Amino acid sequence: MKKKEIRVCIMRVGGTNCDAETKRAFDDLGVKAEIVHLNEMVKKGNLLDYSALVFPGGFSYGDYVRAGAIWAKGTLTNLRYDLRRFVEEGRPVLGICNGFQVLVEAGLLPGFEGISEYPEAALATNVPIGYHCNWVYVKHESSGQCLFTKEIQKGKVLRMPVAHAEGRFLFPKEKENDYLKRLYDNDQLVFRYCDENSEYANGAYPINPNGAFHDIAGICDPTGTIFGLMPHPERAYYGWQLPDWTKGGRMPKYCDGKSVFESMVEYLRKKS
Amino acid sequence: MMYRAKIEVSLKSGHSDPEGEMTGQSLRELKYSVKSVSVSKVYEVYFEADSRQEAEKQVDEMCRRLLANPTKDDYRFEIEEVK
Repeated sequence: MKKKEIRVCIMRVGGTNCDAETKRAFDDLGVKAEIVHLNEMVKKGNLLDYSALVFPGGFSYGDYVRAGAIWAKGTLTNLRYDLRRFVEEGRPVLGICNGFQVLVEAGLLPGFEGISEYPEAALATNVPIGYHCNWVYVKHESSGQCLFTKEIQKGKVLRMPVAHAEGRFLFPKEKENDYLKRLYDNDQLVFRYCDENSEYANGAYPINPNGAFHDIAGICDPTGTIFGLMPHPERAYYGWQLPDWTKGGRMPKYCDGKSVFESMVEYLRKKS
Repeated sequence: MMYRAKIEVSLKSGHSDPEGEMTGQSLRELKYSVKSVSVSKVYEVYFEADSRQEAEKQVDEMCRRLLANPTKDDYRFEIEEVK
């Protein structure tokens, strides 16, 4: 696919607030990205006109019920057949922060057996409790399955910000070990919270900012085409977004989050 | 017929309840000898159904499809017919 043919849909609903930054990242990479409200998409019925779908961050519907739950059910109810086809055709789906919560609540992640009827995981209230907004480090764990991190070397530590109150990744207690093994077996574990020296957080705050099980910050589905993460790569795209760039002397043009968007665009570019 | 369901969604045992812990801490600071606090959400839903059996089935579906995430939540409900 030629770069100019790529069309990215950045979906939004009431309460979404990271759509413009996400669009800017794609604009910078020279691909066409459009911000589309769910209701507009339902009216036009044109999800399949897009090459990729992004659920950006925010606080959709005020985080009522659970963060991401209402947006997830609204998407499933209104776009069910188109969304299933979109996923089955291997078109990339990315969920950032609130978008990750949507993908988990919709049963698209971890998606061990495809789209699940009920959520197989949860992004629960942070431990310690509160809205945590700070820069964190994550270690890249994927051996190549996740299309969104193909351009990132395994083991590389990336720096990105988090900003959420419900980001504690959980599996059902009785299935924790089984599901974790499946994540490893399927190469679905993409990012884990760590310190700047790549030592895992082992649950310790603030290195792990929310108490996530196994320091999980991002996972993909078994096909590697659906990816969700709590940190914000779109807020770590340009060097000027780094909080401490003035200390380093020369400001870098870009920073770590760019590689997530680049990987996706590169995947689509190579796709016939 | 019109029914009212009172639905309580609570955390499954074994999962951390940071909201409950923080509330407990605050109550202890107010000098109450509080041992623990758990937080639940209560929804009161008014809806139409043809029978009580149908009403129960609908509420159970509401919980499984939206109000509770089976990974971490338990739910229970009471239903009554209203005029």
